[in-house]
Amino acid sequence: MAGTAVLGRLNWQAADVVEVVTETPRVKTIAFDVPGWSGHRAGQHVDVRLTAEDGYEAERSYSIASPPDGTRVDLTVVRIDDGEVSPYLADELRPDDQIELRGPVGGYFVWEPSQGGPLLLAAGGSGIAPLMAMIRLRAAAESDVDTRLLFSSRSWDDIIYRDELERLNGDGLRVVHTLTHSQPPGWTGYARLVDAEMLAEVGPTPDERPRVYVCGPTPFVEAVAEALVHLGHEPRGIKTERFGPTGG
Amino acid sequence: MDPLMVDGNAIAGLLQEVFAVEMTTASGTCGTCGATEAVGAIHVFRGAGIVMRCPHCDNPLVKIVRDDTRLWMGFPGVRTLEVTL
Repeated sequence: MAGTAVLGRLNWQAADVVEVVTETPRVKTIAFDVPGWSGHRAGQHVDVRLTAEDGYEAERSYSIASPPDGTRVDLTVVRIDDGEVSPYLADELRPDDQIELRGPVGGYFVWEPSQGGPLLLAAGGSGIAPLMAMIRLRAAAESDVDTRLLFSSRSWDDIIYRDELERLNGDGLRVVHTLTHSQPPGWTGYARLVDAEMLAEVGPTPDERPRVYVCGPTPFVEAVAEALVHLGHEPRGIKTERFGPTGG
Repeated sequence: MDPLMVDGNAIAGLLQEVFAVEMTTASGTCGTCGATEAVGAIHVFRGAGIVMRCPHCDNPLVKIVRDDTRLWMGFPGVRTLEVTL
């Protein structure tokens, strides 16, 4: 039991930027190498701390988008124009820069391949990040768990990880997009906010007792969770993670 | 629905700092309505301080205020917290 407490102790650690990837016009993924990283589970997050020259500190939580992979930790950051932390992370960081983070934290919004499925993942915008860690882990583990991803983005160009999701689609993973604000010419997919009808068409039925993970801005998560319960899904089977108003 | 609302996952790091174990999977029982939920599912409101509210009856469960060197934690509405060791 003493071991639990020691493992639970959180320390700030240095994280080195190894790569910055532009995902969409507003979103970047920053890949870090964290020496001594204890490893993480898909769905966990980290706290990031920035310290200004005058000692002022700002902390934010970011979901880990990468699957467990040695000392590598990928964070996907939406640039909030008047934000305190995200413009720095998204615009200023370059390879070899260093920031402080601590983690992994969380254990509620986590999926392991051994837990099985079927899985219903619903993401609003950057809420895809922890779900992407699950999808990547599922692929890395060569799991064939029936997985449906319903991903709500504003437009085609705002779809985070679009090409990778396209590649991973298949082998028991079904990726379904809805584009809420604008759609490319000839778009035949969903073009509205996620609702009960859409969830019923995409997801496993309540009888299949799916494990459900919903992540995104708070209004998105509330609407999806309410629709799922309305459809007859067991509230205890629905895990939610709310990002607040902006999704990042 | 308050769009600023988040949930217990958002304060996982802070809670782990205090309790030194992972707390989002701990269960809290509301002293008002008796519902039991994982801490990760409890509603969290952040302003000058943090208020955790029961997702079923909105009763304030925990209040947290911190400055640079200290942290105050009040438990106005929690009956029990069950933590897995």
